[in-house]
Amino acid sequence: MAGFDIDRVAHLARLDLTAEERELFGSQLETIVAYVERISQLDVEGLPATLHGHSVNNIFRADVPVEGLPTEVATANAPERIEDEIRMPRVVE
Amino acid sequence: MKDFCKMTLTEAVAGLRAGTFTSVELVRALIEAMEASQSTIHAYVTIDGEGALKAAEEADRRRAAGEDLPLLGVPIAIKDNMNVVGQPCTASSHILEGYTAPYDATVIAKLRAAGAIFLGRTNMDEFALGSTTQTSYFGPTENPVARGCIPGGSSGGSAAAVGGDLALAALGSDTGGSIRQPASHCGIVGVKPTYGRVSRYGIVACASSLDQVGPMTKTVEDAALLMNVISGRDPMDATSLDEPVPDYTQAWVGADAQKPLAGMVLGIPAEYYGEGLDPEVRARIEEAKARAVALGATLKELSLPHTAYGIPTYYICMTAEISANLARFDGVRYGLRVPCDDVIEQYKRTRAEGFGAEVKRRVLLGTFVLSSGYYDAYYNRAQKVRTLIRRDFEAAFAQCDLLLAPVTPEPAWPLGVYQNDPIRNYLSDVLTVGVNLAGCCAIALPAGTTAEGKPVGVQLIGPNFGEMMLFKAAKALELPRA
Repeated sequence: MAGFDIDRVAHLARLDLTAEERELFGSQLETIVAYVERISQLDVEGLPATLHGHSVNNIFRADVPVEGLPTEVATANAPERIEDEIRMPRVVE
Repeated sequence: MKDFCKMTLTEAVAGLRAGTFTSVELVRALIEAMEASQSTIHAYVTIDGEGALKAAEEADRRRAAGEDLPLLGVPIAIKDNMNVVGQPCTASSHILEGYTAPYDATVIAKLRAAGAIFLGRTNMDEFALGSTTQTSYFGPTENPVARGCIPGGSSGGSAAAVGGDLALAALGSDTGGSIRQPASHCGIVGVKPTYGRVSRYGIVACASSLDQVGPMTKTVEDAALLMNVISGRDPMDATSLDEPVPDYTQAWVGADAQKPLAGMVLGIPAEYYGEGLDPEVRARIEEAKARAVALGATLKELSLPHTAYGIPTYYICMTAEISANLARFDGVRYGLRVPCDDVIEQYKRTRAEGFGAEVKRRVLLGTFVLSSGYYDAYYNRAQKVRTLIRRDFEAAFAQCDLLLAPVTPEPAWPLGVYQNDPIRNYLSDVLTVGVNLAGCCAIALPAGTTAEGKPVGVQLIGPNFGEMMLFKAAKALELPRA
């Protein structure tokens, strides 16, 4: 099994972990990864992937405008707002 | 007249229609029982007594004016991961505390159009990740039948509400067994519909390729009645399919009175009867098999050879989808925000504070199996193994009409046990995840109890869109209610 780098994965997942969590999840996830690893025993060469519960794909609808949620309803749950905009920390230098 | 809380959905509909009682009387009795049980069973995250009574008054007025709808004035409990406009919707997570749903999920809109009332939101494992309802941020739910034990999960609140006579019926969602397993532990009926049978629009997404919404009820007939209302194609969910919706309550009509299962072949998958099966669970399932034979069915031993790969495949596919679906909880548009000057730090701190341990564990695992360098070995490979599992079911249904199996390897265990042993918990899903991976339909129904009185469920599994057959068999195998 390839090494489970808890810090790399936590950064990718955008999760701050405490020292205790780092240790606990690190060891638990190593065990879990070792367990799910058993799918490598199977020969899957040439098999198609099953992506979801049925094989229907490419569902289209008519390209016409429809009523969406009004802006004030859509933004009502935002933690910080300025009028009808959502406020965030600066993301450009 | 029967105690309101003990009524089945069908009895409540009939009573309201006949004018034997009003919706206000029914709702008032339920709210009283619900509130009284919150300090013990804790089936609900929130109860909207005032809103429900107002809706009941309105329903009574409509009925007095001559209106009739399939569920007019009938209260239904809703799992806390389905949007009901104006109500909270937390998925039992701290990160969604304070969120108010801005719209109705399609299943809710359908129930509303049928006249239903939404009186409370049932407890669940946080983001539906768990099989005990102990990962809820708002505290666990207790099994109302096997007291001191878990109700199962993730739809444990819905199961406890229905099993404890704190709801006439409820909706749950099933990603790997989250309707069937708690239904089994609480002694009720639960249906996991075929993938694409019921719209997922407005449900807090768990694993989108596996999730389905379904009914949790006291009887098979009640489940069929709810399926009639919630099924069907929804333009808002591209994975919902345009298949006709039959009247599921007609599934058993016209069946032979003595031999209702005559001509039906029930497959017995050897792998679902393995060594880990509790002896009392096995005994109840053997009784169900004997009843099926007495009712005219033929049993056929067969194999689902990739069953042992179900749990690893499920925990790769499901956590991968979880990690993607839960990326939206970033403190930007809704939910908790832990403010910080740096945006990436804000995401990290918000998610660290907002998510519980099991959510973090699964997000981390899902992120890992999707990460560069590991994607092919885990996620891609698991999707191919999923094909093998789907083909197992297809091959089985070439030899039989339905499969008959246990729902869970063991009855409900005491609250607080196994909490720090994730693999132990994951393995308890071994008899339910295959159905979700394959996309087919299944029903769990009561099969009796252990000597201690813990409910045991039996599972019938059907091919895609085989719900009519499921209901027909389930109705015949249903035990009389105590």
